[in-house]
Amino acid sequence: MSRLEVLKTYKIFIGGQFPRTESGRYYKPLDSKGKALANICLSSRKDVRNAVVAARKAFGPWSERAAFNRGQILYRIAEMLEGRQAQFVDELMRQGSSKVAATNEVNLSIDRIVYYAGWCDKYNQVLSSVNPVSSSHFNFSSLEPMGVVGVVAEQSTSLIGLVSLILPAICGGNSTVVLASEKLPLCAVTFAEVIHSSDVPAGVINILTGSPEEMAATLASHMDVNALITSNLETKLSNKLALLSVDNLKRKFDYEENWVEKDKQALHYISDLQEIKTTWHPIENVGGASSSY
Amino acid sequence: MKKELNDNWDYSSSLEAINHIQLKKKYNLFIDGKWIAPSKNTYFKTINPANEETLAEIASASKEDVDLAVKAARKAYTNVWSKMPASERAKYIYRIARLMQERAREFAVIESLESGKTIRESRDVDIPLACNHFFYYAGWADKLDYAFPNQKIESLGVAGQIIPWNFPLLMAAWKIAPALAAGNTVVLKPAETTSLTALKLAEIIEESGLPPGVVNIVTGFGETGAAIVNHPDINKIAFTGSTAVGKIIQKALVGTSKKVTLELGGKSANIIFEDAPIDQAVEGIVNGIFFNQGHVCCAGSRLYVQEGIAEKVIKKLKQRMESLYVGDPLDKNTDIGAINSKEQLQTIEKYLKIGLDEGTEMYQPKCTIPKKGFYCAPTLFLNVAQSSIIAQEEIFGPVLTIQTFRTVDEVIQKANNSPFGLAAGVWTDKGSRIFNLTSKLRAGVIWANCYNKFDPTSPFGGYKESGFGREGGLHGLSAYLKLS
Repeated sequence: MSRLEVLKTYKIFIGGQFPRTESGRYYKPLDSKGKALANICLSSRKDVRNAVVAARKAFGPWSERAAFNRGQILYRIAEMLEGRQAQFVDELMRQGSSKVAATNEVNLSIDRIVYYAGWCDKYNQVLSSVNPVSSSHFNFSSLEPMGVVGVVAEQSTSLIGLVSLILPAICGGNSTVVLASEKLPLCAVTFAEVIHSSDVPAGVINILTGSPEEMAATLASHMDVNALITSNLETKLSNKLALLSVDNLKRKFDYEENWVEKDKQALHYISDLQEIKTTWHPIENVGGASSSY
Repeated sequence: MKKELNDNWDYSSSLEAINHIQLKKKYNLFIDGKWIAPSKNTYFKTINPANEETLAEIASASKEDVDLAVKAARKAYTNVWSKMPASERAKYIYRIARLMQERAREFAVIESLESGKTIRESRDVDIPLACNHFFYYAGWADKLDYAFPNQKIESLGVAGQIIPWNFPLLMAAWKIAPALAAGNTVVLKPAETTSLTALKLAEIIEESGLPPGVVNIVTGFGETGAAIVNHPDINKIAFTGSTAVGKIIQKALVGTSKKVTLELGGKSANIIFEDAPIDQAVEGIVNGIFFNQGHVCCAGSRLYVQEGIAEKVIKKLKQRMESLYVGDPLDKNTDIGAINSKEQLQTIEKYLKIGLDEGTEMYQPKCTIPKKGFYCAPTLFLNVAQSSIIAQEEIFGPVLTIQTFRTVDEVIQKANNSPFGLAAGVWTDKGSRIFNLTSKLRAGVIWANCYNKFDPTSPFGGYKESGFGREGGLHGLSAYLKLS
C-alpha cells in the first residue's frame, strides 16, 4: 500500500508565529491546470495591524544590531534556502513554472540574498560623509533605517519578487510587513519558514497572504508605517496607495522591474529606505598647539 | 542693597544705515531674463513688519505667467543649460556667489527690512550662508560622477521651487544652487511677505550673464505656488514650508512623474543633562528657540531638562531672558526682531492663549515692545505635559515649552514621541551618552552641545512628517538628479 502524503496547512507569519488569519477566511488560488493549490489564508485588516505592531516592536532591536551580525543572519537565510531548494522548485512548478525557470528563480533568489548579506556592513561606509563645515565643529552624516516598511510583493512571481523587495529593506535595519503574491502565494509561506529557522528575530519580517487590493490600503494609511514599497502595480492601485500614504508622509517607491533579470539588485534599493542623519559637535579651540609640526 | 546687573541699563541705539540700498517702487516678474509685468496687471504691497510701512509693490503671477516662466525654463534647459559643459555651468554659479558677496550688506539690510529678522542675524548668518551655498555647489557641477559612483547621472529638467518667509534669501540659495549645479533650470516662487531679496538675486543673476530662462522668479501667493505644482511640464517640485501645505502638494503630485522633496515643520527637542555645561546650555536654549524670532523649522521648541538641574536652569534662563532686547531689527543691539506678519503674530498669540487655557504657567520677561509693528516677547511655558497642544504643535514663534525628565530612556521616548523628526539638541559632557542619544533620536539633524548651526556642506532635512529629501552637502545633490 502506498503511503498517504501529509499535506501542509499554509499559514501566515506574524511576530515569529504561524497563526491562521484572525478572520478565519480562506481562498483557493489555482494551479496551472485549474486545480486548487491549497486553502490559503485570506488575511484581514486586523492581521495587517497586528503585523505592524510586531514589526514596530522588532524594529528597534533589529536596527541596533551590529551590521556585521545582520550580515551573518542574512547569509543564514541563504543557507537555509539552499537546503530547501527542492521544495521551492516543486512549489514554483506547482504554480506553473517550468523546471528550468523554477530552478533559475530559486538559485537567483539565493544568490540575491547573499548579495544583500554582503551589503549589511558596507552601505553605510559607502554613503556616509564627514562634512567639512566652516565653523569649529565636527560634522558627519550617516544612514539610519526608516522604520517599518510595508511591502506589496511583486504579483507575477512567487519568490524572486518577494526576495528582491524584502532583502534590501532588512539589510538596512528596517522591519517589514509583506503582502505576498495573491495568485502565487506558496513560496511566500514557505519562505516564512526559512526566515523562522534563520535567526531572523521575530517581527522583522511578517508575511501575509490574501488580497493586496484589500490589505494594501490598510498598510498605506497606517500611521505607524514609515515607508511603502511596491512593484509593477497597476496604476490605479498605485495611485490610490500613494494618496493614502500622504497622511504621515510615508516614503513610497514603486519599482517597475523584471526581478528575474540578474542585475536587478543594487545599492539604491537599500538607500531608498534610509534616512540621512547629520550630527554636529563643537571642536575645542583654545589656541596654542597646532598640528603643523 | 545689591544691584542687579541689568537694572537701569539701557542701550543706545545702533542703527544700521539704510541709505545705501537700492529698492525699486515696483517689481515685475523675472522671466526669460527679462522683467515682465504680470499678465493680469495685479500687484501687492510688501511691508516692513517692524513698522508696517510699505517697502515696494510686487507683481502677482497668474497661471499664465507661471506657464510663461516654465516655457522659458524648458527652452533654456533644452537649448542651452543641458548642453553647456559642466565646468562652464560651474563658472556661472561661482560668478553669482561672488556678486552676492560683493553686495552682501545691501542684501542684509533689505532682508531685515522685509522679514523682520535682526540685522546681526541677516548680516552674520543668512547672507553669508546664502553666498557660501552658491560657492559650494558651483564646484560640484563638473564633479557629479564622483558623488554617485557606479550610477548613471542625468539632470531632471525644470525644477519648480517654493520657499518660505523665514530665511528668504538663504532658502532661495538652498534651492537654486544645487538645482543649477546638477544641470536643471528653475522657476522659483518666494513667499508673498518676503519677495525682495529673491528679486534682488534676480538682478544679480541678470548681471552675471546667466543665459535667459535658466532661473525665473515668479512672485505671488498660494495660487501662484499651486500653478507651479500643477504645471505639467515641470519635472521636480521642491518645497519648504508647513507640513499641512506639504501634504497638499504631495497629494497633488500623485499620479505624476514629478520628483519631490519636502522640508516641512518640526517640534524639535532640546535636551539638557545634569552634567551639561549649564551656562553654555542656557545660551544654546536661547539660540535654539529665540533665534530668528523662533521662525525656524528646526527650532528647539521643546526643552527637556534633567530633574536635578531643572530649577537652576530655569532660573538662569529667566535671568538671561531679562537681558534679551526686543525691537527694531535694524538696531545692532536687538536680539529678537519683528514677527514676520500680522497673521503669524495672531497664530502665535492663539497658541499663547491655548497654553494658558491648558493650565500651564507662562513666563515673559519685562521687555519694552515697540508700539508699531508686529512683536512678541520671548515666552516660556512651565508645567507643560507631553500631551499639551503647545508641546505637540509647531508654533513658529519665540515660545518654549519646558518639561523635565529623570532617565536617558525616558527622555529618548519623550523626544521621539512626535510626528515630526527634524532636529534635536543634546547637552552633556559625556561622549558615550551623546552617541547613544544621537543614534536613538529619530531626527535628521542632531546638534550635540550646540544648536542651530548650518553649513553648505552639511545635509539638512527631516524624518517622519518633517518631510523627505536632504538639502546641503553631497546628499543634497541627489534631489536634483535622476540616478540609475
